[in-house]
Amino acid sequence: MSKGKKQKKGIKRRMFLKRSGVGIGLMIGGVWLTRNPIRRTIIKTSETLVVPYAGPTSDPLLWLQITPDNNLILHSSKVEMGQGTFTGLAQIVADEMGLPIEKIKVVHAETKAGNLDPFGTGGSMSIASLWVPLREMAATLNLMLLNKAAEKLSVNPDTLRLEGGTITDGSQSLTYGQIVADVTEWDIPSTPPLKKRSEYTYLGKPVPRVDLKEKVMGAPIFGIDAEYPDMLYASVVRSRLIDAQMQNFDTTEAERMPGVIKIYQDEDFIGVIAETHIQAETARKKIKFDYNKNADWSLADIEEKITVGNGNKTIVQKEGPIVEDIDEDAEIIELAFRSSIGAHAQMEPNGAVANYQEGNLEIKVSTQVPQLTQSEVAKAMGMSKKEVNIIPTFLGGGFGRRLHTPNAIQAAKMSKAIGRPVKSFFDRQQEFQNDTFRPPTHHVMKAAVKDGEILGIEHQFASGDTLFNSAMDPGIERVVRADIGSVRGGTIIYDGMPRRATYYHVDLPFATSFWRSLGLLANAFAIESFIDELALKTKQSPVDLRLQYMRDDNPYIVRAKKVLKTCAQKAGYTDEVKDGRAMGIALTIDTGSPCAHVAEVSIVEGSIKIHKVTAVLDCGIAVNPDQVRAQVEGCVCMGISAALYEKMDLKENKLFPINYGSYDMALMRDTPKEIDVVLIEGIDKPGPVGEPPLGPIGAAISNALRRLTGERLTQMPLSAFIS
Amino acid sequence: MKITFNINGEPRSIDTDGEAPLLWVIRDGLNLKGTKYGCGKAACGACTIHVDGMQVRSCSYPAKFAEGKEITTIEGLSQGDNLHPVQQAWIDEVVPQCGYCQPGFMMATAALLKEIPNPTDEDIDNNIINVCRCATYYRMRKAIHKAAALAKQNPSE
Ligand code: FES
Ligand code: FES
Repeated sequence: MSKGKKQKKGIKRRMFLKRSGVGIGLMIGGVWLTRNPIRRTIIKTSETLVVPYAGPTSDPLLWLQITPDNNLILHSSKVEMGQGTFTGLAQIVADEMGLPIEKIKVVHAETKAGNLDPFGTGGSMSIASLWVPLREMAATLNLMLLNKAAEKLSVNPDTLRLEGGTITDGSQSLTYGQIVADVTEWDIPSTPPLKKRSEYTYLGKPVPRVDLKEKVMGAPIFGIDAEYPDMLYASVVRSRLIDAQMQNFDTTEAERMPGVIKIYQDEDFIGVIAETHIQAETARKKIKFDYNKNADWSLADIEEKITVGNGNKTIVQKEGPIVEDIDEDAEIIELAFRSSIGAHAQMEPNGAVANYQEGNLEIKVSTQVPQLTQSEVAKAMGMSKKEVNIIPTFLGGGFGRRLHTPNAIQAAKMSKAIGRPVKSFFDRQQEFQNDTFRPPTHHVMKAAVKDGEILGIEHQFASGDTLFNSAMDPGIERVVRADIGSVRGGTIIYDGMPRRATYYHVDLPFATSFWRSLGLLANAFAIESFIDELALKTKQSPVDLRLQYMRDDNPYIVRAKKVLKTCAQKAGYTDEVKDGRAMGIALTIDTGSPCAHVAEVSIVEGSIKIHKVTAVLDCGIAVNPDQVRAQVEGCVCMGISAALYEKMDLKENKLFPINYGSYDMALMRDTPKEIDVVLIEGIDKPGPVGEPPLGPIGAAISNALRRLTGERLTQMPLSAFIS
Repeated sequence: MKITFNINGEPRSIDTDGEAPLLWVIRDGLNLKGTKYGCGKAACGACTIHVDGMQVRSCSYPAKFAEGKEITTIEGLSQGDNLHPVQQAWIDEVVPQCGYCQPGFMMATAALLKEIPNPTDEDIDNNIINVCRCATYYRMRKAIHKAAALAKQNPSE
């Protein structure tokens, strides 16, 4: 019966899940192309689709390693950036394998081990996409252990049963550790049936985070903490200006600085390698250069570009005529909105620690895309992928900032040049200057209204890139054209009337990209503020108005209705302003998870105060409800920060501010004293969690302010417009 | 220059440029990585440590000033397995997400509780001004109140 690991005869292959590149992009193929209806179908699907897990599933041993001391190491191809994925994965495996969770240690999979996920970590997809494949792998591993135990004990496998880490036939037993001892070849059987949900013990329980102790004790778990013996430190020169080339470098003074070992220079970058971090930074600042600007840019230029009507137009939702053509007696209501350029401001700056030794390269790095990093580094270094091992570390925040990996390449090149390991990190100013920002947006909302009835709604919006950028396969852009990321939350969910959404894709002279929830926050701000305005205009409760136009029996709408009603009821939503406090409500459906917020707001001495947020999320099964709540709380507070304060400015090609403090963010004092999170399980599987709760917050706050002040604020950040 | 101080109860001497921020001396010179770099400009609190019992943002504190001082970092906040009430409260409330900012917040909280053993919400708003991008502030506030209660139960801490 014994066949090598390589001849996996009985494997139930799930090759259809195996794709390279970003799942959604390649699924489309190169043939369908460039017609608007097809793009609309793609976009519609992408609004609710859980992108399937794209990594290997046929060999459980890539994910799950039993150690001789009878513990299990879970090699996760999804990275832990705070979202709690490691804990959820451990719960799922513990349940399916019948193991105490304490026996499981979750680590990041090194790329050399082969557990590579081409999608990377993002889009709130980790638990949702691994829910089935990971349980299948765990169940398969159990069966493998059972068969191997039978072989070792020379008994019929049917007489054996599993008991929390041991396999027994009643008289004799083996621990998992004993079973795997000395085994070099495994048979991988077809996937056995999965356990019933009633047999799970950890599912739905608030198990403490598996990384809690390390994070409370200050353990060295992040990329910036990584080290190699004999390591040097590097600092790379980065541009302060956008749309300009640095030129005429003069390194004379830098070379003479204490501790400097080498100034590394190639056609792509220039970096100082020194004995200590501070020496490298100090010397880097002594390198003189000037700029060749391609054009002059200020914020006003950017706003002019980001204006509905400019850029590449795609109609992403087209149901019925434009609002002006619905009824000539109808009144056309129109409002325009804008949102700012946002920085990621994740706490751990980007960087990498590279160790090049005799044709082999190892890189320790906080990244959301280990596989992409491996292939980009290999390409830049002229090495094969096998020679490059990426060792992912815990991330000091991700939020979409770690989907680009030039720092890993730079550290690798410098390590090779100097023949010693090199640690190279951005400083905070460089992080802000060279961020891949949340793009600014502009929105024009229109509705036809007659006799208190809404006859049709239209959303036109302009944005910079979010999805199409250097991290992506360029083929995807040609196919989809409308940036799926920027249009997230951009279509109208209210039904039973003509509705349209038109997207204008604008190229900007600086890098923009994924920022937690991508286009959702801004799109929802525009649409849900406008719906609130329509409720005021037609003298209805904003809850009733929404419900009235959610008539579809499509399951997302049915779930969204329940979420909205629950939220209004739980918050005691009222249109009335009481004791100087007003409420605002908003609703979104993002990646299939409906979410509603009610924000309770007042203005104290000229500043906006959020007293309470009631947040209702239907994410299906909450594998770990405590960590789902933590994500909702985090989204609410990060959303408050973005909605009230955050903005980048641009003058003479310089983006600023370039540090915390001057980049205004919500802190402890801005945090609501009460965040009431209600979770609804509207589907029988885990759905996305990490971004959907960011959707409604900007609009919910703005709607409350509208009721409080009588004025409609149409620009995020909102605090700039309150006096 | 040679600088000598006590760190987490142990005497240490290190050769360093006296102007170098203490943060990097601690992280790279002494290999205590729990103290984090966030901004380098005293603007985020990730690098908060205690110097003679006072909270200090070590990124903006020249190493030479540490001479002869008593320094505590997150690694020295607990006494062995005996967790500091702040760390216990952080565990009880499951505060960390990514975790990067958390040592700085715990050090700032421990310093606050020494000065104000029973902080009000307003005390917390005014004194805990570090940055957490995962925005775990809501749980931190609960954990700070909890830590105050724990410290009272166990006054030796
Ligand atoms: S790193 Fe010291 S305050 Fe930010
Ligand atoms: S927990 Fe991530 S920055 Fe605070």
